[in-house]
Amino acid sequence: MSAVTTPITAPTTTHDGATEHHYLNHSSGFLSWALTLDHKRIGMMYLAGILFAFFLGGVFALAIRIHLWNPNQDPDAAWLTNATYNRVFTLHGAIMVFLFIIPSIPAALGNFLLPIMLGTKDVAFPRLNLGSFYLWITGLIFFAYTLFSTQIDTGWTFYTPYSIEAKSAVEAATLGVFILGFSSIFTGLNFIVTINTMRPPGMSWFKMPLFLWALYATSIIQVLATPVLGITVLLLALERTFGIGIFDPSLNGDPVTFQHFFWFYSHPAVYIMILPAMGIISELMSVHSHKGIFGYRMIAYSSIAIALFGFLVWGHHMFTSGMADVTTIVFSALTFTVSIPSAIKVFNWLGTMYQGTVALNTPMIYALAFIFLFTIGGLTGLFLGALATDMHLHDTYFVVAHFHYVMMGGTLVAFLGGLFHWWPKMTGKMFNDPMGIVSAAIVFVGFNLTFLPQFVLGTRGMPRRYASYVPEFQSLHQLSTVGACILGFGLLVAGLVLLHSLFYGKKAPMNPWGGATLEWECSSPPPHDNFSHPPAVGDPYDFANVEYDGKTGGYYKKKK
Amino acid sequence: MGRCAFQDPISENMTEVAAHTDGHDHGHHDHPSWLAHHFDDAEQQFDSGKLGMWLFLVTEILFFSGMFCAYVLYRNRNPEVFEFCSAFLNEKLGAINTGVLLFSSLTMAWAVRASQLKQHKLLVGMLGATLGCAAIFLGVKSVEYTHKWSLGLLPGRMYVAQMENGYHSDVDYLTPLCIAPAVLTVLFALYYVYSLVIASKFHQRVAGPLLVAGLCFFGGIYLGQFIEGGEHHGDSHGAHADAGHGEHASHDEEHAKEAGSETPAPAEASAASSDTGVALVSTSSGPLHDVAVDPKEAAIPNAEVNNQGMAGLFFSIYYCMTGVHAVHIIGGMLVISWLIVKAAREEFHSKYYGPVDNVGLYWHLVDFIWIYLFPLLYLIT
Amino acid sequence: MADTHSHSHSDHGHADGEFSHPMPVWMLLAVFFALLGLTFLTVFQAQFDLGSLEIVFSLIIASIKAGLVIAFFMHLVWDKPLNAIAIFSSLIFVALFLGFTLMDAQQYNERLIMDPKNEILENSTPKARLIKASE
Repeated sequence: MSAVTTPITAPTTTHDGATEHHYLNHSSGFLSWALTLDHKRIGMMYLAGILFAFFLGGVFALAIRIHLWNPNQDPDAAWLTNATYNRVFTLHGAIMVFLFIIPSIPAALGNFLLPIMLGTKDVAFPRLNLGSFYLWITGLIFFAYTLFSTQIDTGWTFYTPYSIEAKSAVEAATLGVFILGFSSIFTGLNFIVTINTMRPPGMSWFKMPLFLWALYATSIIQVLATPVLGITVLLLALERTFGIGIFDPSLNGDPVTFQHFFWFYSHPAVYIMILPAMGIISELMSVHSHKGIFGYRMIAYSSIAIALFGFLVWGHHMFTSGMADVTTIVFSALTFTVSIPSAIKVFNWLGTMYQGTVALNTPMIYALAFIFLFTIGGLTGLFLGALATDMHLHDTYFVVAHFHYVMMGGTLVAFLGGLFHWWPKMTGKMFNDPMGIVSAAIVFVGFNLTFLPQFVLGTRGMPRRYASYVPEFQSLHQLSTVGACILGFGLLVAGLVLLHSLFYGKKAPMNPWGGATLEWECSSPPPHDNFSHPPAVGDPYDFANVEYDGKTGGYYKKKK
Repeated sequence: MGRCAFQDPISENMTEVAAHTDGHDHGHHDHPSWLAHHFDDAEQQFDSGKLGMWLFLVTEILFFSGMFCAYVLYRNRNPEVFEFCSAFLNEKLGAINTGVLLFSSLTMAWAVRASQLKQHKLLVGMLGATLGCAAIFLGVKSVEYTHKWSLGLLPGRMYVAQMENGYHSDVDYLTPLCIAPAVLTVLFALYYVYSLVIASKFHQRVAGPLLVAGLCFFGGIYLGQFIEGGEHHGDSHGAHADAGHGEHASHDEEHAKEAGSETPAPAEASAASSDTGVALVSTSSGPLHDVAVDPKEAAIPNAEVNNQGMAGLFFSIYYCMTGVHAVHIIGGMLVISWLIVKAAREEFHSKYYGPVDNVGLYWHLVDFIWIYLFPLLYLIT
Repeated sequence: MADTHSHSHSDHGHADGEFSHPMPVWMLLAVFFALLGLTFLTVFQAQFDLGSLEIVFSLIIASIKAGLVIAFFMHLVWDKPLNAIAIFSSLIFVALFLGFTLMDAQQYNERLIMDPKNEILENSTPKARLIKASE
């Protein structure tokens, strides 16, 4: 209910082709979007914003890869100067982490879907929801400032003491992170309250779609961990402004403390990134296999378990930082516990596909790619969690490849899968499925070509964040660069497929994939208030009554 | 309404199951103005708001936990520094501020009760009292801060206290701090006069508490200065009298009580610290040993901890913790002022008092944090 | 609304739809004076040297005060259990954060040598150098 709305009073509800009343045409004008309190519009604005941030981060990523085509042993002959290279990888990391991955699934897809899947009209605090979007925009502005002034060159982790001495816009970047942190907190807070207090009759905890369980677990982390990031970057900004010395060894401060503070947030933040992705995969696996999810409760509990275990393992980022011996051993041991709930999920997804009617359309191809890539990413994490191997692999390309397999191969691919899956619902338009599959295939090939060589580089000793390397590594680096270009092309194709659908796409049926969750019981796109009456809540993974309707090209739920 | 399923075969399914058919049609027409359209009833709205506020408090606690972590870490590492530096904090002012905050918590809790019982006048009064207490707190805090700044007790790198011949800045920090509150108070006074002129009950009810709060800030300043000044009264000259000695004078006072009661504890601490391999700088040849000029201070065996890095770190933590707390007080004052406006409009009743309750929760959390800050910072012996 | 609207405080005998429960004034005042008394106690106990127990005592008193504020002023006693779970879980996570960080710092404390002596003599800005004793 925005302040400036021009409600279209007589929704023409006809059958094929005619206009129909939904959230996109509910009101028009710039202010009807800028001041909207509708979670769907806020979700769409987030979507546009994070895709912009993703594009920005992607450009920096390509710059890194192109620079590394040559060994750059002579810095004067290199494409980027060493200082520029530092800035480019810092901005790539910071933008991708804080502006793209963390808000990607929860704030864009989650905002759009959570109330609809839950069967409510909106999130609990619509104003706070809009506020957190504008906080995100403010954070973006701070980052844009660092981009156009003296860019930060500290790495996205802002490690002290370098970040205290660095002559770049660290203050602006840290304040940006502080603001983005609060944006993330408010989104999480909103989701927790919505799920707790606004479930309609019949929507018990174990009737909730698994995507909502994943978002709930994510929100717990957002609420509990993000404030610590807030105080950390605030203290860092104060450190630079007033020299308070808490993290500054030259004033008797302790820089290792900064790393503790930072990773107390940033390790759980890894689960902020991956948990919603896992939730998407749970939906995709079940819907596109046309078979009930295998092990619903185990997947639900494992989401919560990952969220809680995620708080116990931050020290594994600091094994070589001068941590105490006992602490390193404790953290190493605890790190392995997180692999258990992750493995439970992977096995349950595979169990879901078994004997299902697997439809190999675009979202499912992305989901299958996710399982492959996430498994590699997860298993290589065990190498890094083991104390002895981490001593060798720390700060090498092995780490880089590992977290790209998890964050990009995991979160981004799942995000794309989810975007294709819910695109007909969000926009009301069907995309070109064969071209979508092509995009998924290119992304998959490009991704592996980019990052598999980096595992090899890492084990051979190529340190991360270096602008130059010994010539022996050149062939692997070039493979990686070629892969990055293919990956970029694949993402471009995916974007074009979605853009094309907006203009030339067929009208989407209510339920194009045959899902049984509540969002498929709304028209595509959904009406302004989602549900005028509390919807009938059933088992979200019961496909017995879902039948194909040749007339609309979609599915419908047969009445019992 | 059921328009979400108009063109598909299951539309009946959507409409027939509506258990709560009442109150869901087209949003608003039976929703009272204070009930947001997406909530079913008052209790759902109240519960949502309250859970949201508790979760916000959770984030606040974790936000402060970073500073508590730094506190625990450095106190554990250098307990003698914390002992030494804590003596610079005026525990009388700390105790008074604790009392003021506790009283404001009482009035806030009472305000919640008043809002539930539709005691509108009492509600405005209680909120006004809370606002006034917050202002007193900030007034006292301003005196504490500026007093320390003039002694050079600054955070980290800026710490300059007790260099060569002692340090005292003649810069008047307090007056600039008072400018904004003074302007606000004048504006509130004008607003109050205006409300009297137009004889608007509503505006009087809003302007009155605001004006009182503005005056309370200066009351707090007076109180702080009275007590801070009283501390130095026994000396021949006050803290602000003499650049060279003023600062010693104040330290005399503050350390006298400490030195009298417990000399052995710091000695133990220093022994313990050298055991753990932390070698503090010896001041016997350094420029800092003039700390021990005064015989009374010589009784403090750990005067040497007053080198910049160590003591500065304590004051960094002190300023960060109390500063962030003060920012929360200011934020609380803003929302309480907003509540006063709503209360003056008599908006609250037993089904809609969520805003008062939630701001109350926030205010009690600010009190909660101070309850820990007071002994941890002021009462280290 | 079956499970979301359970009246956890229905034992207070409110009519249906009534969810406010004003606290009696005597209770507010009693809590306030208890808090005030505990403040005097904590200032009073700070006069005595209790050695390492001092911090324990003052923290116990502070926790009692905090408990009174949370239980009564914030009426958690009558509140939905979820809110209590939220606030206590936050304390658990704070303990986790502090515990691990402190455990680590205590261990490597021994490897830290803070020796700002030379720097003070040179430029009177103290510096601490981190020297690993093990090396």
